[in-house]
Amino acid sequence: MEDRYNAYLLRSDEPGGSMGPLAGRTVAVKDNISTAGLETTCGSRILKGYVPPYDAHVVTLLREAGAAINGKTNMDEFGMGSTTENSGFGPTLNPVDPTRVPGGSSGGSAAAVAAGLAELALGTDTGGSIRCPAAFCGIVGLKPTYGRVSRYGLVAYANSLETIGPMARTVGDVSALYRVISRHDPRDTTMQGRPYEHDPAPTVAGRRIGVPAEFFGEGVDSRVATRVEEAIETLSACGATIVPVSMPSMASALAAYYVTCTSEASSNLARYDGVRYGPGGETARPWHEAFTDVRGSHFGEEVRRRILLGTFALSAGYYGKYYGKAQTARANVAADFERLFGTIDLLAGPTMPTVAYRLGELADPLSMYLADILTVPANLAGVPAISVPCGEVDGLPVGLQLMGRMFDDEAVIDAAAAYEAEATA
Amino acid sequence: MVDESDVRRIAELADVGIPADELPTFTAQFNRILEYFDILDTLGDARAGERRLHTVLREDEPCPSLPREAVLGNAAENEDGFVKAPRVM
Amino acid sequence: MSDGQVIIGLEVHCQLDTKTKLFCGCSTDYRDDGPNTHVCPVCLGLPGTMPAVNRRAVEFALKVAKAFHSEIPEECEFSRKNYFYPDLNKGYQITQYDRPLALGGYIEIEGEEDGEKRVRLTRIHMEEDPGRLVHKGGGDRARYSLVDYNRSGVPLIEIVTEPDLRSPKEARRLLAKLRATLEYLGVYDSEKEGSLRVDANISISGHDRVEVKNISSYKGVEKALTFEITRQRSLIRRGATVERETRHFVEARGTTTASRSKVEEHDYRYFPEPDLPPLRVASWVAEIALPELPDARRERFMQQYALSVNHARTLTGDLRLAEFYEAVAGQEPALAATWVADTLLGELNYRDRTIATVDPARFRALLGLVKSGTITDRSGVEVLRAVLDTPEEPAAIVKRLGLAVTGEDTVATAITEVLAEHPQAVADYRTGKGNALNYLAGQVMKKTRGRADPRDIGRRLAEALTE
Repeated sequence: MEDRYNAYLLRSDEPGGSMGPLAGRTVAVKDNISTAGLETTCGSRILKGYVPPYDAHVVTLLREAGAAINGKTNMDEFGMGSTTENSGFGPTLNPVDPTRVPGGSSGGSAAAVAAGLAELALGTDTGGSIRCPAAFCGIVGLKPTYGRVSRYGLVAYANSLETIGPMARTVGDVSALYRVISRHDPRDTTMQGRPYEHDPAPTVAGRRIGVPAEFFGEGVDSRVATRVEEAIETLSACGATIVPVSMPSMASALAAYYVTCTSEASSNLARYDGVRYGPGGETARPWHEAFTDVRGSHFGEEVRRRILLGTFALSAGYYGKYYGKAQTARANVAADFERLFGTIDLLAGPTMPTVAYRLGELADPLSMYLADILTVPANLAGVPAISVPCGEVDGLPVGLQLMGRMFDDEAVIDAAAAYEAEATA
Repeated sequence: MVDESDVRRIAELADVGIPADELPTFTAQFNRILEYFDILDTLGDARAGERRLHTVLREDEPCPSLPREAVLGNAAENEDGFVKAPRVM
Repeated sequence: MSDGQVIIGLEVHCQLDTKTKLFCGCSTDYRDDGPNTHVCPVCLGLPGTMPAVNRRAVEFALKVAKAFHSEIPEECEFSRKNYFYPDLNKGYQITQYDRPLALGGYIEIEGEEDGEKRVRLTRIHMEEDPGRLVHKGGGDRARYSLVDYNRSGVPLIEIVTEPDLRSPKEARRLLAKLRATLEYLGVYDSEKEGSLRVDANISISGHDRVEVKNISSYKGVEKALTFEITRQRSLIRRGATVERETRHFVEARGTTTASRSKVEEHDYRYFPEPDLPPLRVASWVAEIALPELPDARRERFMQQYALSVNHARTLTGDLRLAEFYEAVAGQEPALAATWVADTLLGELNYRDRTIATVDPARFRALLGLVKSGTITDRSGVEVLRAVLDTPEEPAAIVKRLGLAVTGEDTVATAITEVLAEHPQAVADYRTGKGNALNYLAGQVMKKTRGRADPRDIGRRLAEALTE
C-alpha cells in the first residue's frame, strides 16, 4: 500500500514468523528505536546513514514474537515536537485529514496505524508523544509505567521521562503488543521486573475515577472538553464512581517538564559530533570548530533550541533556578498523584486540549510546548496513561486520557477497554 | 533575560552553531520560554523527593565485543583500525 | 626572599583491575590487542545504549574506601560531566559529583620528620575512562586524531587528597603507599601501562594555586612537582605573580607548560545520570574483608623477622616485593632482608626491572651459598648479577667463575706472610691503632684475591695478632 502520508522513513518487508503471539502481524517501529541492519535516524539528518549494529530489546522481543516489522516511522527530530513537522525528512500528514498534523512526536507510527499500513506500532512517549498522535489520529496509544519496558536501544531524548509503548486501533491490540514488549532486560537497570501479563477485562465497575479540574482549564477547547465529559459519563454509566479532584502541581508541571527534558537532551545529544557515526566533520579542523559545524548544520532548529535551553538550564549559576527547581516541581506532581491515588483508582481527562492542528499552525515554539500540558504530568510522575478515541469535533478525533497508579497499567487498560466496548457497542 | 551574546556563549558551550541572521529571533523566542519558566521561582526550596528506584548491579562477566568492522562501520572515516577524529591542537 | 611553605594536594586516578568495563561487558584486557577490538555499542556510545554498573568495580572501590578509613554515605549517585573532546564517546563522562561513593579518610605515610604522617582524603569516587587518542607524527603536528575506544569505559577510582602534602618527596611517598595498598587489596595492577594518572594542585603559601595535569607515571610526580616549585619560587623571588592556571606536565622534558587556553573556563553542567538511579551500598562495607595491608605487614615483618623499620618499610612497600621476601626469607630472614632490600633492589633499579622478573628459587640458592660461606658477600653480588642476566643456576655460576671461597690453608698462609711483611702495621695494632687491622685485612684479601670471607679474615687476623 502506498504511503501517502509520509508515515514511514523506511519501509521493510520482513515476513515475520509463523509462531508466537504476534505471528505475521505487521508492526511499524518509530525511528528512534534501534533496528540492526535498518537505518535509524530519529528523524534527524545528523543520523542520516546510521545503521545500528544491534537491536533494541523491544525489537528483539518483536522478532521473537513473530511480528513482521514493516518499516521505521517518521517523527519529530529526536522526539522534539507535538506535530511531526519537526522531522528532518518532511512532515507526516494526518490520515483523517491530510491538511492536519498527525500529532507527535510518534506521528508516523500513529498515521501508519490509522491509514492501515500497519496493524500495530511502537511509539515512544517523553511528554505525550504516544498519546498526542493517538488522540489526533483516532487510535489507541499507551504510555506504560516508567520502568516496565526496556529502553535499551531507544535513542535517548529525556531518559528520566520517556518510555516505549504500544499503539493500535483497539485496546485489545495495544494490550497484546504491550505483553510482548514488557519482558525483562538486564541492560536497562531502571527496569523494575514487572512484566505486563494481563488479559484485558472491559470493566470499570466499582472503580473510583478522579477528574482533575485543571484538565478542563484555560486553553482546553470547550468542544473537546464536552466530548471528554460525555466519555466520563459513559464510564460512570458502566459503574465507575466519578470524583471531582484537584492537582495544584499542574501549575508548574509544564515548566518542570521542559526544563528537565531539555537539560537531559542537551547532554544526550552531545554524542552527535560526527566522529563515530553520522555525517563526518572535517578532521583537519580543530575539534571544537569541526563539532560545532557538524552539529550546527545537521540539527534542526527545534533541536538546537532545546539543546541550548538545556545547556542554559544546567549551566553554572542557573542550575538551582532551573534544573533544581524543576525537580522540586516534578516531586510535587508525583506527590499529587500519590495523594490522589490514595483514594481513587484512575484519573480521567482530555489527552490534548484541542483536535489536530493545521499543518504550520503551531509556528511559535512556546505555543507548541503549551499544548503538552495535559500529557506531561504522567511522564513527570512515571505513571501509566492511555489515550482512547472518544468521538469527534468537526470530524476530527478526540482522545480520552486515563491515568493510573504506578504499575497499575492493568487497571488503565481495563477501563479503556470498558469505554471502548461501550462506545463502539 | 538573555541577550544575543549570552545565546552565543551558550551555543559555544553546546558546540552548536547558530547562524548570525537567526540570532535575533532565536534570542526573542528563548526569552519568551525562559519567562514562562519563571513560574518555577514561585516554588519553595523544599527538597525534591528522593528518587525511589535504586540501581541494580551487573556481574563482572565478560560479553563478546563487536567485530571491529562493526565498530568502524558507521564512522565517516577510519584509519588502521582507529576512528578518525578532528585534531586536538 | 620569600620562602613560603609548599602546599600540595593530589587527585589520583587508578584503573580498577576488573574483568569487564564499568558499564558494559567488554573485557578490560586489551593491551595486547589492536585498536577498537574491545568495544561494544555501550562503550562506543552508540545511540540508544544504557550503562549497567559493574558490581565488582563498586566492591573494589568500597574496599579502597574501607582501607583508607573513609565514610560511606547511605546513597551515592553517578552524574554526567558534560564536555566535548575527541576521545569522549558520548559528549559526557559518567562520574560522581556531589554524591560520591566515599568521603574523608586518610592515608598514613612516612613523614619528612620522624614518624608517620596522616594525609587526609577529601573523597573517593568512581568514573569511566575515556578513549585513547593517537597522533601520528607527534601530537603538535598531527593534522587529525585517531581514536581507540578499547580504554573507553574502563573503571577508574579517583582519590582526592586534602592539601596536606609539603614536599615532592611526601607526594611520592603518598603515591607509593596508595599504590601498595591498592595492590595489597587486589584491585589494581601497577604493571599495566597507563593505569595511574595524577593531577597535582600545588602552591607556595600566600600565593595562587596551580594545577598540573597529565602526570602519568609514578616517578613523574616528584619531577613535575620539583620543577613546579622551582618555577613558582623563582617567580615569587622576582616579584612576579604566580598565576592561577592549569599546566601540563611534559614527561620527556621534565617540565610543565601552560595550557594553551588557560582562560578557557569549564562549565561541566553536572547533573544526575538519569539512567542510573542512586546506589545503596553502604551496608556492604561491613562484609568486606580486608587483607593484611602494608602497615600491618611492616609491623609483622619487624616482629616475625626482627627487621629494622627501614628494611621492613622497604620490603612491604610493594606487594610483589613483600611476597618475594617471604618466599626467600627462610631460616635467615636478616640476611635475606639485606640481600633483597639493599642489594637486589639496587641491581633491579640499575636494570630498570621489577621484582616480578626475579626467580625466587635461584635467589634462595644464592642466599644459601652466601650463608654457608661457599662464596663471599662480594662474590655473591657477582653471582646475583649473573642470576639476573642469565638463566644459570647460582652453583653453576660459582663454578664457572671460580668464585668458591679458597681453603683455610691459603688464608692461614696469607696471614702469616702479611704479618711478616708488615711489622710496622703489627706494631701499630699492638699500640691500639684500630685501622691497622683493616690495613692488614686488606693485604690478606689482596693475597687471596678476594675469595676469602672478609669477616673470617678479620676474626683470624685478630686471633693471630693476640698470640
